[in-house]
Amino acid sequence: MAKRVLIAEDEPSIVTSLEFLMRKAGFETRAAADGEEALLLLGTFRPHLVLLDIMLPRRSGLDLCRLIRADPALSGTRVLMLTAKGGQREVERGLAAGADDYITKPFSTHDLVERASDMLADAGLRRPPSAARGGGR
Amino acid sequence: MLQGWVIVTVSFAYIGLLFAVAWFADKRAAVGRSVISNAWVYSLSLAVYATAWTFYGSVGRAATDGVGFLPIYLGPTLTMLLGWFVLRKMIRIVRLNRTTSLADFVASRYGKSALIGGLVTIIAVIGILPYISLQLKAVSSSFQILLGYPEIVMPPKVGSMVVMQDTAFYVALFMALFAIAFGTRQLDAAERHEGMVAAIAFESIVKLIAFLAVGVYVAFFMYDGLGDLFARVANRPDLEILMAPLGGAAGGYASWVWLTVLSMFAIIFLPRQFQVAVIENTDERHLKRAAWVFPLYMLAMNIFVLPIAFGGLLHFPQGEVDADTFVLTLPMVQKSEGLALLVFIGGLSAATGMVIVETIALSTMICNDLVMPLLLRARAFRLAEQRDLSSLLLDIRRAAIIALLMGGYFYYLLAGEAYALVSIGLISFAAAAQFAPAVIGGLYWKGGTRLGALAGLTAGFSVWFYTLLLPAFARSDWLGVELVNSGPWGIEILRPTQLFGLAGLDPITHAMIWSMVANVAAYVIGSVLRRQSAAEHVQATMFVDVFQQTGEPGSPWRGATSASALQTLVGRFLGPARAAELFTAYARQRGVMGVDELEGDRDFVRFAELQLAGTIGAACARTMVATVAQEEPLGIEEVMTIIDEASQVIAYSHRLEEKQQELESATRELQAVNERLKELDRLKDDFISTVTHELRTPLTSIRAFSEILHDNPDLDGAERQRFLGLVIKESERLTRLINQVLDLAKIESGLAEWRTEELDMREIVLEALDATSAIFKSRGVRVETMLSHTAPTVMADRDRLMQVLLNLLSNAAKFCTPGSGRVDVRLAAREGGVRIEVADNGVGISPEYQALIFEKFRQVGDTMTDKPSGTGLGLAICLRIVGHFGGRLWVESEPGRGSVFSFDLPASAGIPHDSRLLASA
Repeated sequence: MAKRVLIAEDEPSIVTSLEFLMRKAGFETRAAADGEEALLLLGTFRPHLVLLDIMLPRRSGLDLCRLIRADPALSGTRVLMLTAKGGQREVERGLAAGADDYITKPFSTHDLVERASDMLADAGLRRPPSAARGGGR
Repeated sequence: MLQGWVIVTVSFAYIGLLFAVAWFADKRAAVGRSVISNAWVYSLSLAVYATAWTFYGSVGRAATDGVGFLPIYLGPTLTMLLGWFVLRKMIRIVRLNRTTSLADFVASRYGKSALIGGLVTIIAVIGILPYISLQLKAVSSSFQILLGYPEIVMPPKVGSMVVMQDTAFYVALFMALFAIAFGTRQLDAAERHEGMVAAIAFESIVKLIAFLAVGVYVAFFMYDGLGDLFARVANRPDLEILMAPLGGAAGGYASWVWLTVLSMFAIIFLPRQFQVAVIENTDERHLKRAAWVFPLYMLAMNIFVLPIAFGGLLHFPQGEVDADTFVLTLPMVQKSEGLALLVFIGGLSAATGMVIVETIALSTMICNDLVMPLLLRARAFRLAEQRDLSSLLLDIRRAAIIALLMGGYFYYLLAGEAYALVSIGLISFAAAAQFAPAVIGGLYWKGGTRLGALAGLTAGFSVWFYTLLLPAFARSDWLGVELVNSGPWGIEILRPTQLFGLAGLDPITHAMIWSMVANVAAYVIGSVLRRQSAAEHVQATMFVDVFQQTGEPGSPWRGATSASALQTLVGRFLGPARAAELFTAYARQRGVMGVDELEGDRDFVRFAELQLAGTIGAACARTMVATVAQEEPLGIEEVMTIIDEASQVIAYSHRLEEKQQELESATRELQAVNERLKELDRLKDDFISTVTHELRTPLTSIRAFSEILHDNPDLDGAERQRFLGLVIKESERLTRLINQVLDLAKIESGLAEWRTEELDMREIVLEALDATSAIFKSRGVRVETMLSHTAPTVMADRDRLMQVLLNLLSNAAKFCTPGSGRVDVRLAAREGGVRIEVADNGVGISPEYQALIFEKFRQVGDTMTDKPSGTGLGLAICLRIVGHFGGRLWVESEPGRGSVFSFDLPASAGIPHDSRLLASA
């Protein structure tokens, strides 16, 4: 069964490139252009991995992240943050909100695909606890 | 028998007796069995009030004024009976402060002002000189008269003799020597003169006996009793006036009142009275006895005054014999040698008593409050380096005594003849009265200030001098009678004896009224005029509230229990309750019942010291406790000095606190400014991070697609094209963004170059429309124009205005619904300039976004399905460009009903508008 990837990103070009990359890697993809849409798709698509842009309209990426972490049904879902600001603070906030990893734009496509694949390799299993997560669910 | 040498020998013998009494008293005091620590002795010592003036002069006054001699003795009686508590307060204060004199007392009250001390001394000296001269006159006159026995010859006029042959001169000289011998043999720490007080008490008895003797003699031996005397006087019409109730005193009622008041003051404020009544007092409780013993003494002294006066008037033909001398001449005329000699000795006794005490008191004041302060200031004297000051002090006092007596003598020469004895004395009384407002005010009114006291004393003394002393000199031809008769420089209203027209009073009453008015007025005004210093306030409180101080009332300090003294001392710093607590606890610890039974041993002293050290520091505590433990009570003065300094420190630290608060508020202001700066900094950072974010976004696509195309060579052709197209598009976007960011940055930082010229807006609008025609056409949007031909020219940068118009037009095109879109462009003249409007019939902008869209990086994106291709900076730049040229840019819009973007620009001034006219760049 193919793993499912949700792309939550509002820049169309970036969405296009991500979709191409994920599909090429053998994953099933859906795209959401804003936070509300992403929330919807979380429920219906039930992705194994979410490529999450921090700056989403309607609902911020951080919020979404916290929601994912708070939902027991999504306990197996991994989150990979896409950040453009690149500051340490952003990264910390992301990790504190519950993201499993982050990658900075502009990213290397190899890097992105590799990380996504790793995450999807043991998705579905119980997520190991991580100190980076900072705080309970 | 009454030859010169006899008189002189007897006199010296008497003086020798006085010395013996004094010596004996001093000896007893040295072994701690003070003779004078006795209420009777104290009361008798007060009787130094009765001087040769009383002895001779009362009779003299009674002979002219009848009962009018009484006020002078009524006053002190009243003071002692009714006002003894005032004395008690003074005594308490003197004891606590170890005050040495009247000047010291007044100076101490007013903030320990050396100036006041000096002033009081000067007033006292000048004021008392007449009184001293009176004694000289009395003694020398009585000596002369006695010498003439059995003849009754009045002594020659004053000043008619060569000094060297003048008896008075020798009298002065010898009195000086006596005074020096009595009072300056050694320095006493507490300025006590036990021997002197004992001698004075003795001589009070002697003069009383002498006077009573002659009184009894005249009344019962010369005549047949008092009844007989009065009856005879009643029969003499010329003497009848003397029987009148108020006597023949000039001014009647007023005179009586003021003389009484005067004497009430004199019994306290004459330096010698202050000395014996307050300073030499050993026990407050003696006052109770003195309160009735002294009036009794006065009564005894005065019983026979009228009888003697009447006796003299009856006996001697009118005017032949000076009434002042009746006391002496009546026994003489009766050939009663022994009595005459006794009377002379009595008079001598009265005079020497006065002179000794007065000069000792005055010399102390001169030394402590006049000379020493000046010496301390004169650096050349190097006072601090002198080892032994005691001999210096004694020498100063001796010199002062001699000076005083010589001064008295010269006053006697200059003005002695002008008045009868009584009046001379009253002049001194009036001088002493000048101290009353400052002292009594100082005792009961905390508001009395140094300035007030200085003013009062100066004013009172000046008036006294002018109304009493000056006329005395004038009358004796030393100054000039015109001064008295017609005033200075002929100004009648300023006549010394009838100041401001107050006539009909005797000189003394007149002087008293004016000097008291001036004194009190100046004192009160001076006191309310300016606030007291801290030191003054401390002193004022200490004086006025002296009875509220802790410490057993009435018990002498000297010889007090160390324990209670220590407790009191500690209590002054820690509070009485706390001190009591501590000491009682300590006592219990030592197995003793109460604090009183504690011994002042080392441990206890150390304990007390420790308690104090916590408050005032170890060094101070040690000093204070040490002096107390040695039974030399620390003057509260020293304690107060320290407290005063402490309160000054406290006041200083209050000021520091204020300064600190000011600093704090300034710091807060600075912090607020700092916050604002940080906010601005943050905004700047936000901008930078936003810009980097915006730049990264297209870069992400460019990189991603580039990599994809690189890694997937066998990509589908269509997809390949698509991706390459996206790369190109995003590159363009990036370029645009970079350009705009730089543009905005340049404009905002003021580095942009503006090429301002006169522009025809119509032309620019048309050009812009031309440039954007392709966009409109591709989106199927219709463009309508309404461009005025008569709009004035504007001063602006051509390219920049183009930029604005292009931006507005392309926005309008974007917002329109494709196919049905319509854009209207209008150019019209406005007041002072032009207005351009770009209206579209697109979806409109909701109110909350109308302000936002002019902000950097803000785009109306959320309501659109397509992410706009703009950068979000366009309108921000337009806003700044329009603003730079003095214009305004704004939007009017309703959702669903399109938007109108308008901007105004001011017309270029001066040059007439002509659409064809263009200035070159």
